[in-house]
Amino acid sequence: MTPSDRFDFLLRMGDSTLVLAQRLSEWVGKGPVIEEDIALTNVGLDLIGQARMWLSYAGEVEARGRDEDALAFRRDAHEFRNALLVEQPNGDYAETMARQFLFDHWHLLALKAMERSRDERVAAIAAKSSKEVAYHVERSTDWVIRLGDGTDVSHRRMQDAVDGLWMFAGELFLPDAVDAAAREAGVGPDLAALAAPWRSAVGAALAEATLTMPGDDWAQRGGRQGRHTEHLGHLLTEMQFLQRAYPDAKW
Amino acid sequence: MTSEWPLWEVFIRSQHGLAHKHAGSLHAPDAEMAVRNARDVYTRRNEGVSIWVVRSSDVVASSPGDREALFDPAQSKVYRHPTFFPMPDEVKHI
Repeated sequence: MTPSDRFDFLLRMGDSTLVLAQRLSEWVGKGPVIEEDIALTNVGLDLIGQARMWLSYAGEVEARGRDEDALAFRRDAHEFRNALLVEQPNGDYAETMARQFLFDHWHLLALKAMERSRDERVAAIAAKSSKEVAYHVERSTDWVIRLGDGTDVSHRRMQDAVDGLWMFAGELFLPDAVDAAAREAGVGPDLAALAAPWRSAVGAALAEATLTMPGDDWAQRGGRQGRHTEHLGHLLTEMQFLQRAYPDAKW
Repeated sequence: MTSEWPLWEVFIRSQHGLAHKHAGSLHAPDAEMAVRNARDVYTRRNEGVSIWVVRSSDVVASSPGDREALFDPAQSKVYRHPTFFPMPDEVKHI
């Protein structure tokens, strides 16, 4: 596995966790109830912690003097390698939770596989993260079931959310050359092999939620290769504003 | 929305604590989510190893009006404190 492939592989993990954390931070102070506001912020903070570990390591592998902050705040949209799913806007609470639910289930499977990574740093980050993500899975699954099997309105909104986001989930299971290199080196997971357990876990929760699993599995891909939806640029504008306006500002 | 969710009292047993202690209260639609919310609201800084939640409406409290009758008789009865007995060093948690 070339250092460049390893760098890209680490960026994909780091950027997906960072961008999702930024999305969740947009809910701070606006959650439907204060308990949920705090809980969702906790999830965001877990993800920021994970992003820091992935991006710090990515910076070391790249060996061009960029640390986690340089990678987070000084790259433009086309240099980000996050999955398209996590950059999708928050929408209503059903959309936020559906996005979280689809990602969390993939995230846990990927981390569990990476706990056995031949790269010790990757294995250590995965082991630390997977405990946090196991809780994220519990929470988002619970909300999908509650809202899906709730009132007529919450059911409709959750079904709309799952239908709308479904085409962004498939990308998580479509390996490219970087993923193949990571898998062959025993560093990263076999993404295609995660699809079956993901479908079975997500399917069971959707069934309990009285929701219908979308039938069309056409997947929009590109995020992990740097081709993003229009939403990422807007997210970065806000996230990176301070470092762009006041480079190297500290407080 | 908050007004529709019942209130729960949260009790946390800390790392070295022997008993659950009242930590505060929160709103949740049911017991399962009350435990989850308690985890997120009250154990963020590694405070606990166990959580109890109780519906606030199930707590029976003494009335402030009964305070004299309930508690005043216990005043000035120092002999009820076990401070007159030497305690062996080996005995913990008293």
